[in-house]
Amino acid sequence: MSNLMSGARMLLECLGREGVDVMFGYPGGVTLPFYDAMYEHPIRHVLVRHEENACFAASGYARATGKVGVCCATSGPGATNLVTGLVDSMMDSIPVVALTGQVTSKLIGSDAFQEADTFGITRSCTKHNYLVKSLADLPAIIHEAFYVASTGRPGPVLVDIPKDVFQAQGHYVPVSSIHLPGYKLVTEGHSGQIRRAAQMMWEAQRPFIYAGGGIIAAGASEELKQLVEILDAPAVCTLMGLGSLSSSHPNFISMPGMHGSYAANMGMTHTDLIIALGVRFDDRVTGRLNAFAPHAKVIHLDIDAAEIGKIRNPDLPIVGDAKKVLPKLVKALEELQPSMSEQNSAHRKAWWKQVRGWQEEHPLVPSFSTSEIRPQHLMHEIDRISGGEAIVTSDVGQHQMWAAQFIRFHHPRLWINSGGLGAMGFGLPSAIGAQMACPDKLVFSISGDGGFQMAIPELATIASQGLPIKIIIMNNGYLGMVRQWQELFYNNRMCSVQLDCFPDAELLARSYGFKGRTIDQPADLTAALQEAVNEPGPYLLNVKVTPFDNVFPMVPAGGAINEMVLSAPQPVAVGTK
Amino acid sequence: MIQVISVLLENKPGALMRVTGLLTARGYNIECLTVARTLDPTLSRMTIGVDVEPHLRRQVIKQMNKLINVLQAVDLTDGPSVTREMVLLRVRAAMEHRTAILKEAEIFSARVVDSSTEGFAIEATGDTEKMDEFIDVMRSYGEIEVTRSGVVAVSLEAKKLRLSPPIPTGAEAKSKDRIGVLNA
Repeated sequence: MSNLMSGARMLLECLGREGVDVMFGYPGGVTLPFYDAMYEHPIRHVLVRHEENACFAASGYARATGKVGVCCATSGPGATNLVTGLVDSMMDSIPVVALTGQVTSKLIGSDAFQEADTFGITRSCTKHNYLVKSLADLPAIIHEAFYVASTGRPGPVLVDIPKDVFQAQGHYVPVSSIHLPGYKLVTEGHSGQIRRAAQMMWEAQRPFIYAGGGIIAAGASEELKQLVEILDAPAVCTLMGLGSLSSSHPNFISMPGMHGSYAANMGMTHTDLIIALGVRFDDRVTGRLNAFAPHAKVIHLDIDAAEIGKIRNPDLPIVGDAKKVLPKLVKALEELQPSMSEQNSAHRKAWWKQVRGWQEEHPLVPSFSTSEIRPQHLMHEIDRISGGEAIVTSDVGQHQMWAAQFIRFHHPRLWINSGGLGAMGFGLPSAIGAQMACPDKLVFSISGDGGFQMAIPELATIASQGLPIKIIIMNNGYLGMVRQWQELFYNNRMCSVQLDCFPDAELLARSYGFKGRTIDQPADLTAALQEAVNEPGPYLLNVKVTPFDNVFPMVPAGGAINEMVLSAPQPVAVGTK
Repeated sequence: MIQVISVLLENKPGALMRVTGLLTARGYNIECLTVARTLDPTLSRMTIGVDVEPHLRRQVIKQMNKLINVLQAVDLTDGPSVTREMVLLRVRAAMEHRTAILKEAEIFSARVVDSSTEGFAIEATGDTEKMDEFIDVMRSYGEIEVTRSGVVAVSLEAKKLRLSPPIPTGAEAKSKDRIGVLNA
């Protein structure tokens, strides 16, 4: 068999060697040769309805599996539409490879039809990007892209491929190795630092574990559990880290931060040792920095050296891969256990009593009403059906916070949301990626009525792929989180937040060929959700909830995290524009 | 006060933008920038002069070291280093000042590279402060036109350069721990 083939075919060979079984994309003029080669290739291509959603779907696939998600777009508008998805993956450290077509090499820079400077535009929203200038470079670049995306701190990598590179013919010789001399990976962790960290952990009277998305990226949930158990310390998981420690674990306290629980935030404030694992001290977690954990020493483990000291200077940094470092930490803790574990046992008991006291004082409990569906009630019901086992995707906003507060996740990679970037319209397309990756899992896509309308075109993708996603709309008729801020901080002057026109969910779903329903009575909620779950195909459930519920607890922007607003009187609309 | 960052990077399109982009994205102005090939033609050495507070500078240098194209980024501000800048200037000189200008140039170890009835073109090298003084002195003689190279610098400490070895690709690589950290 001759190994003479086109660049497009060569690209498919490389994707095959990287184990890519599915990609999400949208064809166009300059990617025609690639799609033509795909015609006779086993790789599965999912045609989305907007390129942004191709990237979100790839991200959902990656978040659900840990494998690299792949998306594809044409030059110009196709590539620029990917940008939001790339930044989202960048912020949440998600391994995505984006392939974009570019105009023919000799037209680059000539303002050709559908030309955009994709390489320049995406430089700052990717971990790394490439412009392929000759077919000879293509195979190595593709393997480099997958390697860079999936190793170290994962992230998106974009490869921009001119049309003539797709069309050029060349002899394909599989690349046996790649060389990135400047790509430094530090994974093992410094053994002296690890030993000192173990010592600090036993010396602490009020240790507190703060685990984040890095644990999930590292696949180190089991190792985290061992650390939590040997130390018997309370543990919080950030929004990105939910599921890294099972929500049902007795040491799990909940999520800290702006809409975190009282106990989590009080714990963070009063601890004398923060054990920060795969986190980046996000402003939504820390609140006002000079009031954040004022009495605490900090141990910070991260694979990315640039995260160390970015926000809070740690007393003990460890740069390394949690999967490799945590077992060493556990071992060091075990070695020191006989001599050190007893010295603070009285303090530890008192600390647990205090944390449990905070939990009892202001527990995170859903609110119910007999006349209206409260949003918390909706999340509570989804949680009951999920039992900590379903994949749940979300956008950003009130529904995201309520979902994070009330839905349990017993495993990593179940909670999929746009954490760092906070992109609306993320939930539905990321559910497509997650359901493609995990065809046998129950997948809930939860959106607000705002975010859902940003992603509506993907109903077609869901229908055409026959994906049994349970699409739940938490419909309060408002851009709820923006309205919440207008109420609380802008004198209730509601400007451009009312979503007063929403399609009939049943008709909308039916027009795509699947079932849908709108409910607004609490008595119907359980049965409606059950009907959605029982349906073998997709289901669109529009849940009309109380319009003016706000997310609490809440740390006002710029506030200290122990200065939470725990609840507010039901506000009244005084004006809308 | 300008701080100096020295960056060893791959000589590839876009590499320069990645490095400078980290500063511009944070709203910092680059005061001066030099870049040229090293002995190894696949690499470039870049010297950046910036005015950034120490905490942020440390952060930015870490970010630079993270870039795939960057082999090493070092802050030369605190450690021992030598910095030099080159100035090329043209000074219009009236006849009565010509001798004085040549004397001044000599004091600064500057070299006349062109002489005409209009005046001189002079080349000088030295650290930034010295070059500032030189320019001030020359300005006192008449109209001048100045081009500065920006600083180049060399650290007086040997920094160990850690480079990653080649990595196998494809299915055979996957069986090892290449992406084993990712639940693959």
